Amino acid sequence: MMEENEGLLTAHIQKALKEYQLTISFSVKNGCLGILGPSGCGKSMTLKSIAGITDPDFGRICLQKAQEDGTCLEQVFFDSKKRISLPPRKRKVGYLFQNYALFPNMTVEENIMAGVVNRDRKKEDTCKNKKKRAQEMMERFRLKGLENRYPGQLSGGQQQRAALARLLAYEPQVLLLDEPFSAMDAYLKEELRMELANLLESCRKPAVMVTHDRDEAYQLCSHLLLMSRGTVLASGETRELFQNPVTCQAARITGCKNISRIRPVGPYQVLAMDWGGLKLTTKKPVTEEIGAIGIRAHDFTALSGQEAEELSGREDANLIPVRNPRISEMPFEWYITLENGLWWKREKTIYCHDKMKVVPPWLRVDPEAILLLKDDRTKG
Amino acid sequence: MDWSPVLISLRTASLSIILTFFLGILAAWAVVGIKSKKWKAIWDGILTLPLVLPPTVAGFFLLYLLGVKRPVGKFLVTYFGIKIAFSWSATVIAAVVMSFPLMYRSARGAFEQVDGDLIDAARTLGMSEWNIFRKVLFPNALPGVVSGGVLAFSRGLGEFGATAMIAGNIAGKTRTLPMAVYSEVAAGNMEGAYQYVTIIAAIAFFSVALMNYGSIWSERKRQNDGRK
Repeated sequence: MMEENEGLLTAHIQKALKEYQLTISFSVKNGCLGILGPSGCGKSMTLKSIAGITDPDFGRICLQKAQEDGTCLEQVFFDSKKRISLPPRKRKVGYLFQNYALFPNMTVEENIMAGVVNRDRKKEDTCKNKKKRAQEMMERFRLKGLENRYPGQLSGGQQQRAALARLLAYEPQVLLLDEPFSAMDAYLKEELRMELANLLESCRKPAVMVTHDRDEAYQLCSHLLLMSRGTVLASGETRELFQNPVTCQAARITGCKNISRIRPVGPYQVLAMDWGGLKLTTKKPVTEEIGAIGIRAHDFTALSGQEAEELSGREDANLIPVRNPRISEMPFEWYITLENGLWWKREKTIYCHDKMKVVPPWLRVDPEAILLLKDDRTKG
Repeated sequence: MDWSPVLISLRTASLSIILTFFLGILAAWAVVGIKSKKWKAIWDGILTLPLVLPPTVAGFFLLYLLGVKRPVGKFLVTYFGIKIAFSWSATVIAAVVMSFPLMYRSARGAFEQVDGDLIDAARTLGMSEWNIFRKVLFPNALPGVVSGGVLAFSRGLGEFGATAMIAGNIAGKTRTLPMAVYSEVAAGNMEGAYQYVTIIAAIAFFSVALMNYGSIWSERKRQNDGRK
């Protein structure tokens, strides 16, 4: 039995797009499902189908809601077989647009009021109620004092908060977030991501967020779908998916910088063909279907010549010589590319600028840090 | 100087711009809402026709429809006792028909310029289509709609060809300013023509200036409102 206020959103969507076919199925229950994929992979189209802005060609979208008496009510948003397509205004879905879509001709307060639903019949009453609800929302989203501003006069963060206030004043059953941070300056993002994470946790409604930013997805979503060109590559619990992305494409979408085809030389040993035939030992057995490995750019350890010598006899040493590295400085990281194409990201402090001391003679990869991947590149 | 053409023109242009304004906006809203691309193109073609036809040809069609011996004209005369051809109302009809495409196209362009996400957002927020038009689409398209209105007004004020065909050039009745200019020149009275030309140029300039001032004013108002 479901608790009160809980909902379960289930969607099966098929839609022919210009360059490919979008096929996606998922269900979300009171938590945030992230759809992570490169731009133009059909993510936004998925959200628009749920909101009713466009119709899929085939499929079914429905929301199961717990009633007060403990029973469960199903509301069908879309069903191609039964020819049901509820208009957007009857779906009660809150859609946060990429550019927030605040009405530029209305003040912040008017924008928020636009989303408040008339629940009472008497006109005077509704007006008061509307105002009250808008006030509550403005307080909650720290918009006090900005009531009479127009959206064009707000900062990016204030705009997002106004859009969220408008959306929640409408008391939606489902939240849809379309790239919530892409229109925002980088320095604003981190704080607002925290805010949104808290909001998603507290509002206990099914939410779907699409993004191409892996940090956002990891921070805000408990479950993830990885998408590319209209198809789901992998899905599952966020942390698990990042630890074991299974396929090359999925690994790349989760931000894995180093991927190489392999030739197995033993049950736990491979030659990395794209890294100059480097011999590496893995923790998990290399089965037949494994065609590639991946190493995240942060997963290398720097070793001095002496440390490397001590390890060199061992089977799982996984030593990589550092020759002719190219070094690029970021505020808190060094980006180092090795001669064989490997990417290494090494943390640093803001005060450190000395390139010469960065590079050790040897690097090591822990066998556990090697991702075993199915090679799906030949197909695509 | 005979002031009747000035009065007739102002009356005609004023009434016709009111009609054109609403008809043009409604037509634009309707066409924007058509989903099928084919039907959209067909309707757009029909509604734009008066703009691309020579005015005399458009006037010819009107005469063909509304002439006393023609089906529609005959119907109006026999059942309502209204004679349209060569009456003052004919100048209004000519002005409306000829200025309509300008209003319609400007309004349509202005509506299509409005960010589609705003409309989608309004829909997901539960607003009805009429409220979306009233509160989101129209206000955000207003500058374009207003400039379309000014263009349509000027076009209606300057209407000549179609007016000549269906309303004629009856002094004190259907002789509008452009007609008066033509008549004066035809009669070799350049002095008289100058006066009418001056008046027409002044009205045209004044309406465009008003439009520009209006857009500056609304911009400023919006900025000031936000500072309160």
